[in-house]
Amino acid sequence: MTATVGTPLARLEGPAKVTGAARYAAEYPQDDVVHGWIVQSPVPRGRLNAVLADPTADAIAVLWHGNAPRLEPADDPELDVLQSDRISYRGQPVALVVAETLEAARRAAQVLQLDITAEEHDAVLRADHPGLYTPEQVNPAFPSETASGDVDAALAAAPVTVDVTYSTPALHNSPMEPHATIARWAGDDLTLYDSNQHPSGIAATVAGVFGLEPERVHVVTEHVGGGFGSKGSARPNAVLAAMAARVVGRPVKLVLPRQAMFSLVGYRTPTIQQIRLGADPDGTLTAIDHAAIGQSSRILEYAEQTAVVTRHMYAAPNRRTGHRLLRLDMPTPRWMRAPGEAPGMAAFECALDELAEKLGIDPIELRVRNEPAAEPEGGTPFTSRHYVECLRTGAERFGWAGRDPRPRQRREGDWWIGTGVAGAIYPTMAQPSTARVRAVGDDFEVAIGAADLGTGARTILTQIAADALGVPVDRVRVRIGDSTLPKASVAGGSSGSASWGWAVTGACRQLRETGGDEAVFDTTELIEKQETEGRHAFGAHFAEVRVDAVTGEVRVSRLFGMYAAGRILNPRTARSQFLGGMIMGMGMALHEEGVLDPAMGEWMNHDLAGYHIPAHADVESIDAAWLDERDDQLNPMGSKGIGEIGIVGSPAAIVNAVWHATGVRVRDLPVRLDKLLCAD
Amino acid sequence: MTRGFIRHFPGNLSEVKLIVNGVEYEFDLDPRTTLLDLLREHLGLTGAKKGCDHGQCGACTVLLDGRRVNSCLILAVAQQGAEVTTVEGLGTAERPHPVQRGFLDHDGFQCGYCTPGQICSAVGMLDEVKQGRPSAVTTPGDDLLSDAEIRERMSGNLCRCGAYPNMVPAIRQAAGE
Ligand code: FES
Ligand code: FES
Repeated sequence: MTATVGTPLARLEGPAKVTGAARYAAEYPQDDVVHGWIVQSPVPRGRLNAVLADPTADAIAVLWHGNAPRLEPADDPELDVLQSDRISYRGQPVALVVAETLEAARRAAQVLQLDITAEEHDAVLRADHPGLYTPEQVNPAFPSETASGDVDAALAAAPVTVDVTYSTPALHNSPMEPHATIARWAGDDLTLYDSNQHPSGIAATVAGVFGLEPERVHVVTEHVGGGFGSKGSARPNAVLAAMAARVVGRPVKLVLPRQAMFSLVGYRTPTIQQIRLGADPDGTLTAIDHAAIGQSSRILEYAEQTAVVTRHMYAAPNRRTGHRLLRLDMPTPRWMRAPGEAPGMAAFECALDELAEKLGIDPIELRVRNEPAAEPEGGTPFTSRHYVECLRTGAERFGWAGRDPRPRQRREGDWWIGTGVAGAIYPTMAQPSTARVRAVGDDFEVAIGAADLGTGARTILTQIAADALGVPVDRVRVRIGDSTLPKASVAGGSSGSASWGWAVTGACRQLRETGGDEAVFDTTELIEKQETEGRHAFGAHFAEVRVDAVTGEVRVSRLFGMYAAGRILNPRTARSQFLGGMIMGMGMALHEEGVLDPAMGEWMNHDLAGYHIPAHADVESIDAAWLDERDDQLNPMGSKGIGEIGIVGSPAAIVNAVWHATGVRVRDLPVRLDKLLCAD
Repeated sequence: MTRGFIRHFPGNLSEVKLIVNGVEYEFDLDPRTTLLDLLREHLGLTGAKKGCDHGQCGACTVLLDGRRVNSCLILAVAQQGAEVTTVEGLGTAERPHPVQRGFLDHDGFQCGYCTPGQICSAVGMLDEVKQGRPSAVTTPGDDLLSDAEIRERMSGNLCRCGAYPNMVPAIRQAAGE
């Protein structure tokens, strides 16, 4: 048997997806279904006193805190929907309208009158806000601050220093499939067709809110139209649909309008980051200081781990990282692809480029010179770290050699041309999961409550199972996307393949060894024994941009990612995932920005016309490649997560290339053309 | 002929005839119903996706009398007698349309949610190219199917997964068939 892991097996659900047969959450036919529409608060802070429904609007039910069923308090206060008169952000659900048709529901929601007492609000993140504080921990459970050596003394003594402040804007996950739920009750049993990244987790959460045993809630999540972090936990749509279905006694379909996704499903917090670096003339870093500010809402402390990535990246004897947070009358920020790493490295890798310029050292050489032998904080050895090889091999493939380090040197017609580089890193994680395998005749059925958001999980798990069982892939059927299957961890943190693949491998090997009809394997104990430090995927991003000398328009002519990300389980889906991350990184560098209206406490550009995500025409020459790495200390497959690393550092590579092209350092992302023109 | 009807609309229903994927339907419709909602909610043709409902993403792209349109922007009652082709009408898993095959061969999608719209859009686009219609980046004498042309012509269809680079060869392959 030749191994199938590592071969470019095409996505198993491909034919269903290209013919329109694949069903997403809102697409399951239901007899007697009715439609819900969320009414969102028009003010960022205040109290809802009453609602007045228009009797001509033809609603079956109008739910608000005055009449909504009581729920058990959730761990995530955002799920305590319609439980109180308190309004904590603009866009918060304050009522839910249910009607026979979508058109009627929308209309009834539009004409619902809200009696609200508005209060003063505060929506603006700024570095001198008196409300800034140091959270106890940052996401998910890291210390807020770390320090070793004497950073201030080292900076004072350093012959070359950089002290810069970078800011990154609010970013919106914007998966193409809106968050959606169909809820149907049968007695005390609840079925949810829900778009999410974690069917097992959503079932447990929703059960808790309704005071049910977890097994009474059945979550079906066969296909998911992207999530990028925003579907990692239950969103208000799941609870509201279930609540409404209970009240009206019929199945309820609730799909978030695109506009609502800008306030209801999380976003990447805006950040303000001060980075101070000290170096010897030969480029050896003597001090690193990374201080990050982020925001959260009134109802939940979400503390993005923006500076945590700096703890793992470069050697320096004196170092400090820290986070401060501001609670505002704004929606809660949450996970978005590479939370922490993406904004942290966007800023840090640009600051490093500024240091290279000051030192007169090639930016790749500067990075190589500060390569640590082990974790820079704590000293845990790396299971594998081929960062320098990524830089070197990537440079060769990209054609870095001979680059004139001076900015604003290369002009072709109306275009200034420049190139830039930046590092990439993402932690390698695995989370407890359980898989089951059954022999069914000559074939095998593998079951695990995982979710495929477009990552290729279904396909890769089939490959992993086939190899572990020693059979061809066509004898394996993998079932995922259902909370009644053995419990799986969230499709997040680039940990899906490692977590689920481990459980699947365990179950298949066990079946093979015992020769029985069924085997179940739970990885909890194995994973709890694992070291968590020193485990990362690495990469390097290279960009070539051209900037129109007249208009300031930036085009990314070439973008290249070189990765060391463990064993690549399926080169076909892996390449797509790397490229997808890099393209989102391009959006972060050049296009994407939640623009705040301070008076309304709202992202002004809350739709896909105002919030520009990269389009076909934005993406020119782009490619990804990887080193032949395999890390057997991590998991039985020797793999690392790859879903997020593409967005880590790719924004900085582009911003650095823009500087190289134009001589302008844009320190507040995204690089809009006005920032380039006004700099002249 | 199949007859559909809409429950519980308080106002006057409007009669409309449509041919969808070759089947003739006659509806009494709530006049507010968009073509997209008619397909998804009433005909069970959920291949056409709703990504924004505002003409901003292209996920709802279908062919209306052969031309690609954003079906979320079209009121069904305004299309009396029109012929609609959705992704379900293009091909099947066993006999895919060349564009569908191209997407499969080149991994032109990830989550798949933008995909039916991309595919319908590509089918409409290839027909526009065949008619010699220029795009915003065309200079006379250009290859209307250069990479830059394909990207420009497909830019009304967003893909958050970033599957764009693989769609270009997928569409080119289909154009050659
Ligand atoms: S759903 Fe029609 S363009 Fe987005
Ligand atoms: S494949 Fe996911 S949005 Fe295009």
